[in-house]
Amino acid sequence: MALIQIRNLARRYVMGSDTVHALRGVSLDIEKGEYVAIMGPSGSGKSTLMNLLGCLDSPSAGSYDLNGKDVARMSDNDLAEIRNREIGFVFQSFNLLPRSDALHNVELPLIYSGMSRTDRRLRAREALVQVGLADRLHHRPNELSGGQRQRVAVARALVNHPSIVLADEPTGNLDSRTGQEILNLFEHLSSQGNTIIVVTHEEDVAQHSHRILRIRDGLIAADESTGRRSSSVTVPSPHPPVLPPQGP
Amino acid sequence: MTLSDEIRESALIAWAALRANKLRSTLTTLGVVIGIITVTLMGTAINGINAAFRQSISSMGADVLFVGRFPWMAFDDWRTYRNRPEITLAQARELERLLTTAVAVAPQVDGNGTVLYNRRRASGVWINGNTEQSLSIRGLSIATGRWFTASDIVSARPVCVLGSYLAEGFFPHESPLGKRIRINDSNYEVIGVIEPLGSFLGTWNQDNQVVIPVTRFQADLQRRPDYSISVKARSAADLPEVVEEVRAVMRRIRKVPPGAPDDFAINQQDVFIQFFMAFGGAIGLVGLFITGLSLLVGGIGIMNIMFVSVTERTKEIGIRKALGAKKRTILIQFLIEAASLTLGAGLLAVAITWPATLAIDHYTSFAARMSWWIVAIALLVSILTGIVAGFIPALRAARMNPVDALRAD
Ligand SMILES: Nc1ncnc2c1ncn2[C@@H]1O[C@H](COP(=O)(O)OP(=O)(O)OP(=O)(O)O)[C@@H](O)[C@H]1O
Ligand SMILES: [Mg+2]
Repeated sequence: MALIQIRNLARRYVMGSDTVHALRGVSLDIEKGEYVAIMGPSGSGKSTLMNLLGCLDSPSAGSYDLNGKDVARMSDNDLAEIRNREIGFVFQSFNLLPRSDALHNVELPLIYSGMSRTDRRLRAREALVQVGLADRLHHRPNELSGGQRQRVAVARALVNHPSIVLADEPTGNLDSRTGQEILNLFEHLSSQGNTIIVVTHEEDVAQHSHRILRIRDGLIAADESTGRRSSSVTVPSPHPPVLPPQGP
Repeated sequence: MTLSDEIRESALIAWAALRANKLRSTLTTLGVVIGIITVTLMGTAINGINAAFRQSISSMGADVLFVGRFPWMAFDDWRTYRNRPEITLAQARELERLLTTAVAVAPQVDGNGTVLYNRRRASGVWINGNTEQSLSIRGLSIATGRWFTASDIVSARPVCVLGSYLAEGFFPHESPLGKRIRINDSNYEVIGVIEPLGSFLGTWNQDNQVVIPVTRFQADLQRRPDYSISVKARSAADLPEVVEEVRAVMRRIRKVPPGAPDDFAINQQDVFIQFFMAFGGAIGLVGLFITGLSLLVGGIGIMNIMFVSVTERTKEIGIRKALGAKKRTILIQFLIEAASLTLGAGLLAVAITWPATLAIDHYTSFAARMSWWIVAIALLVSILTGIVAGFIPALRAARMNPVDALRAD
């Protein structure tokens, strides 16, 4: 069974008498170890989908099975634990704590996973070094450039070694060199068997992935392989896809 | 994440949040500060009253009863007592002769008068007429000189014993012994000085007294004094038995017909104890009311500020939840923030009342005592106030849906 299996997933936002259909019934399987890019015009529902995949939001209709378990039936505590241990989320708007420095921001997931103070300090520092911010540990978000904030957000998403990385425009504010470094990081994680899902507007960023999902108006318009990895492409179907098991 | 980890992390977060809003935090805790000040002052007052009470009561002697014309605490109509005949010296002597269960019996009488020595003058002095037995009955000790002898009393010698306050006032640089002072219009020779006694319940100064033989009181101060008779039992446990005998003997002496009510009263210090228990209880009730009211007002202030804090930090809550904070974690975080606020208020209140108590103790005759348990109660009450007041706001924070919270700005 696929790691991520969604069926007819819909998300509506009711605003007074208006209803916005952000997602209109998406079905999708993503295998463990896949590297997926999601593309689509602004407002097409990419972030909405990411929030659902990241267990931050609940759908208006449809089902979402993660690792074979129905997310709708999980308790708040289970979901918190999944967000903490299984998922690394890079938000489109970073979502850093404004009053805390970079190090503490990166430490947060480790605090909630109960790691000791010294261990998590070490880990958080390591993660920041990895994204090239060794000399910005004690800067607060408002003392960092947009690109640096983005890198703090990436470091925070990766610090708990999540098996699923959900990144909403992780390279949007980065110059091509730093952007490339982040992409290399993702590629490395992918090669180690982690599942990566990246939202992007840039075609060449998407080309790093194995598979590109094109979303338009809350629906999947296209699902194509980039050829970088053999046959990891699946077509949504009511039956579990018949695929060779995905290894690291 | 263990609970102690969670509490430590939350305390750090709370501290940072409070520091970021110093003025607001201080202002909102004012109500709680007042509430806690009331708690501590009330505790201190009750403490002090108890201490003063114990001291004053012990000076009356737990094993002594006092036969008088009137009860100390009367709740009936005054007219039922008004026509009772006075207790005379002769009756006191008769009682002393007839009682078998008492170890000491002494008539006594007191009033106010003026004392003169060497152009110095003290008015409103407490003047006691005592006998040789009164020293042990009243639990007094002699600092210098001597107390009366039986013959001083029988022959009504013009001798007196001074309270320490008067002795120091009149004789700052010389020994009072052998000096002749004037009490109202008669001359007395000073034969002794009493050890300092302190004040009775912080009210009147017991060292501003002079004691003369009871037999002189009638001659020099009051023509028809109303005596009372102090009767000392072997121990406090013997008191009921002594009371019964005193009643029977006094009825005989005063010729009360059988079936008629007593025309005298037998007083014991326990009426004081009852009175002061009630008094302390009343203070406690009033204090409790004021405390409750200010804590309620203060608590509402805390609740309000916590709602503001939760609303302001909706996004922070969203971020923490997105990264794996559980409901419980967020709840504890905000409860600790509220409790830290009120604990700070409690500490501030203690910091205000502690020196105030010391000053009251030092500059007034009232013995104010602040003890560690009052501090402990004050701090406990402040923490509880914070937890109670912060609960609903904290619950609101804990229940937020992560994606909605993240969208706030
Ligand atoms: N909380 C909300 N309330 C109402 N409408 C919303 C809400 N969030 C998103 N929408 C609407 O849902 C649609 C999809 O939004 P979404 O954020 O998923 O777009 P997106 O594909 O991520 O766009 P972008 O590339 O600009 O980030 C948009 O039309 C948006 O206006
Ligand atoms: Mg988006």
